[in-house]
Amino acid sequence: MAFKENPDLYRKDWRWQEGDLTVTRTCHWSAPGCHDSCGVLLYTDKDDNLVKIEGDPNQTYNNGTLCMRCLNMLEAVNHPERLKYPMKRAGERGEDKWERISWEEALDIIEENVRRIQKEYGPESIVGMMGTGRNCNWAVPLITYAGFGSPNFALGFLSGDSCMLPRAAISAAVMGDLPIIDAAQFWPERYDHEGWKRPDYIFMVGNNPLKSNGDGFLGHWIVEMMKMGTKLIVSDPQLTWLAAKAEVWLQGRPGTDGALALAMIHVIIEEDLYDHEFVEKWTYGFDQLTECVKEWTPEKAEEITWIPADKIRKAARLFASGDPSSLQWGVAVDMNVGGIPQAHAWIAMNAICGNIEKPGGNLIARDAYGMVLSYPYGYDKYIPPEMQAKRIGLDFSPLHRFAAGAATAHGDSILQCIETDKPYPIKMIWFQSTNPIANMAGEAPRVYDAINKMDFVVVVDVFKTPTAVAFADLVLPAAMSCERNSIRGWWTPTRAITKVTSYYEAKSDEDIVVAVCSRLNPENFKPRTDIELLEEAVENGIDNPPFTYAELTKMVDSWPERPYAMHEKGLLRSDGEPGFNTPTGKIELYSLVLEALGDPALPYYEEPRESPISTPDLYEEYPLVLTTGHRSYEFFHSEHRQQPTMREFHPWPLVEMHPDTAKKYGVKDGDWVWIENTRGRCRQVVHETPTMDPRVLNAEHGWWFPEQDAAEPSLFGVFDSNINNLTNQCVTGATGYGAPYKSQLCKIYKCTEENSEVMPGKQVTELGGFKYDRIQYTDDAVHDNTNEEMLEGRKYVY
Amino acid sequence: MSIKDYGLLINYDFCTGCHTCEIACKKEHDLPEGQWGIRVLQDGPREKEDGTWEYTYMPLPTTLCDLCEERVEEGRLPTCVHHCQARVMQFDTYDELAKQLPNMPRTVIYAVK
Repeated sequence: MAFKENPDLYRKDWRWQEGDLTVTRTCHWSAPGCHDSCGVLLYTDKDDNLVKIEGDPNQTYNNGTLCMRCLNMLEAVNHPERLKYPMKRAGERGEDKWERISWEEALDIIEENVRRIQKEYGPESIVGMMGTGRNCNWAVPLITYAGFGSPNFALGFLSGDSCMLPRAAISAAVMGDLPIIDAAQFWPERYDHEGWKRPDYIFMVGNNPLKSNGDGFLGHWIVEMMKMGTKLIVSDPQLTWLAAKAEVWLQGRPGTDGALALAMIHVIIEEDLYDHEFVEKWTYGFDQLTECVKEWTPEKAEEITWIPADKIRKAARLFASGDPSSLQWGVAVDMNVGGIPQAHAWIAMNAICGNIEKPGGNLIARDAYGMVLSYPYGYDKYIPPEMQAKRIGLDFSPLHRFAAGAATAHGDSILQCIETDKPYPIKMIWFQSTNPIANMAGEAPRVYDAINKMDFVVVVDVFKTPTAVAFADLVLPAAMSCERNSIRGWWTPTRAITKVTSYYEAKSDEDIVVAVCSRLNPENFKPRTDIELLEEAVENGIDNPPFTYAELTKMVDSWPERPYAMHEKGLLRSDGEPGFNTPTGKIELYSLVLEALGDPALPYYEEPRESPISTPDLYEEYPLVLTTGHRSYEFFHSEHRQQPTMREFHPWPLVEMHPDTAKKYGVKDGDWVWIENTRGRCRQVVHETPTMDPRVLNAEHGWWFPEQDAAEPSLFGVFDSNINNLTNQCVTGATGYGAPYKSQLCKIYKCTEENSEVMPGKQVTELGGFKYDRIQYTDDAVHDNTNEEMLEGRKYVY
Repeated sequence: MSIKDYGLLINYDFCTGCHTCEIACKKEHDLPEGQWGIRVLQDGPREKEDGTWEYTYMPLPTTLCDLCEERVEEGRLPTCVHHCQARVMQFDTYDELAKQLPNMPRTVIYAVK
């Protein structure tokens, strides 16, 4: 007799009793987090303790599957080092001395400082920062706008805002919306959805989706499609498991995918492989595009990318042959100075092949029911136009106005503003779920100096992080996902996140919003509970969500209708006309928005500012190309390092290199090595692997060691293995987007007792940092040639 | 039917090496550091003579694997099968599992108990 699951154990109700345990069917997001929200079953005992977690087989988003991080959730939730109470600093910054206080006292301290700074310097002198896209996407902006009255919400000093925001901004500018791969995730019946077909080819660039699960896309959906016959084309400097399965693996030099894109478009146009009908009907500027890629032969691209020309041709031909093909792009596209033009090129390539809004191609993704619970939430309601005009970086990066749901103040400009007090001083930073000196900020030692200039710093997090110890005057304990009522509104479906337990005095991001905003702005900010805040968020949904928050909790999820070919049906533009939400109604291969902003209107390639080609002398001294920021299954950026099971799987930061490289530099698997360039150094453990090009190193990010000393100079060892001792700030693309996290130069040498006497932690916290000239933007970088008339009425595109 | 009638099918062609089975098992059975009920073994990555790559993961149930007998009795799948991200694991009677083999190259069926 075949095995049958007991349906009583896996129900479609939102909550039921199973013996002594209560089972709640809900979704997880963060903390600890990721970019997805998988369906989970949370089992709680009679005292509301979380005792078990399982994947929800009735949630078709993840079909019952879970990754390591959810499966190890109990270790996170019950971790003895979690923050339990609000604390104020009792010693000097960095001494790790604290005094427990009440939430009421914490709010008094916040109010006193905010009022003082607002009065002396203006609300704009307060900055709110969060980490990467997760379940405080709207909470931190809301605190910044409604609570502080400041327009300056940004992402933890992320240089060039180079995590999805460049792709989001250029997508909004040239096609009105963000395209994502169609893995049938827009319908509850998934792969059985009528009309859905698997793509013939998926072209993956700058992305290992199995580990990164970026932006509401569960990476293993790719594997499902592979089982159905989808083939892969993968551009990655390292052979990933997916690359090993690909029809073509393009092993390029980090930072050069822009050249690859132009050469692939060259082949597709030259060999007449494009979709004539789609080009004619739905694109603008094809002739200009044709002209601009004319010089980009695969042979020319080979010189730049190190990818053999015949492989580039093969990749282009296969991609164009798909009916459809689809594009899976990742953060590595953003993490280059040329991130914007590169992303523009990929959009162009995908558009001329006619893959947009087709089953199995790339679909326009919007937050379900128009519930935009992200960075612009509350901006227009709480920030008057004259204050919006003070948002930092708009003059430098006017494209930031076009980032739609991803619009923020500009991280590098905030850093420079702190350093120079121009155009005005910054006095306070509110960090919520971000740990910038562990990752996100480039040039971590520089950011350390900048944050130390603040009058007042608040850190809200689940653990006492290096950022909290180094800077916080006040530390507030945040709740984890199972301890909060919330909503996942990012793409589809809308999902309820339901509170099943609580932890000491930790508050949810929603409760913190309510506490802070009703204290600081009681007249205008109305919600008084987390539920009221969530009900208001549902009411604010532009497309009339057919539920209240209370109802959503019991529905668990809700899937809006979503036809294909939305551009043909007049569903994308506010005027109801067919077409894309752009000035021409077409996908702009030649962008009128970029033209109006004074930026190059066509895709182009920009060589990394430090590279074998652009700085050959430097390359002699630093003969390895360094890429960073790839993911591992165990960790989400700087999270999860305190979980013993994760460290059992992945104990140390690894720098991956080809065995020939290791041999050349006299190191071997397991050795600690110094990785160094002109800006600083850090140490990681060698992992030899034939998956790397011998000229390239791949180092990990986000490492700190919760088991080490909290106090300075250690700060949990945060600087010692920090690859961001080597990266940049204020080296960004022409639009202000895109920074070279993925393409630096470096050298390596084995760690010895002698050369390890002064550890980076000491160097940074006690010896004034590494000695070099920090790059600043000059006045020339300010955009003063924006044609406002051309932009009339197009300030935001949602 | 007893647990002895059931096997574990793994289509290792699509195992991505994501560690989900390993950690799900560790948590279900509360295994200490260094102990495993299932282990993901790896062959490669190595380049073959034709320029393509061998890069294969193979989950191997250890002697600690009891096929989640308690779960199975309640009507649940073994936790590794339930949570496998690549959905390459199946738990069923040998007869049912064997039916799939002709259309599922690079697949094994483990007799665990």
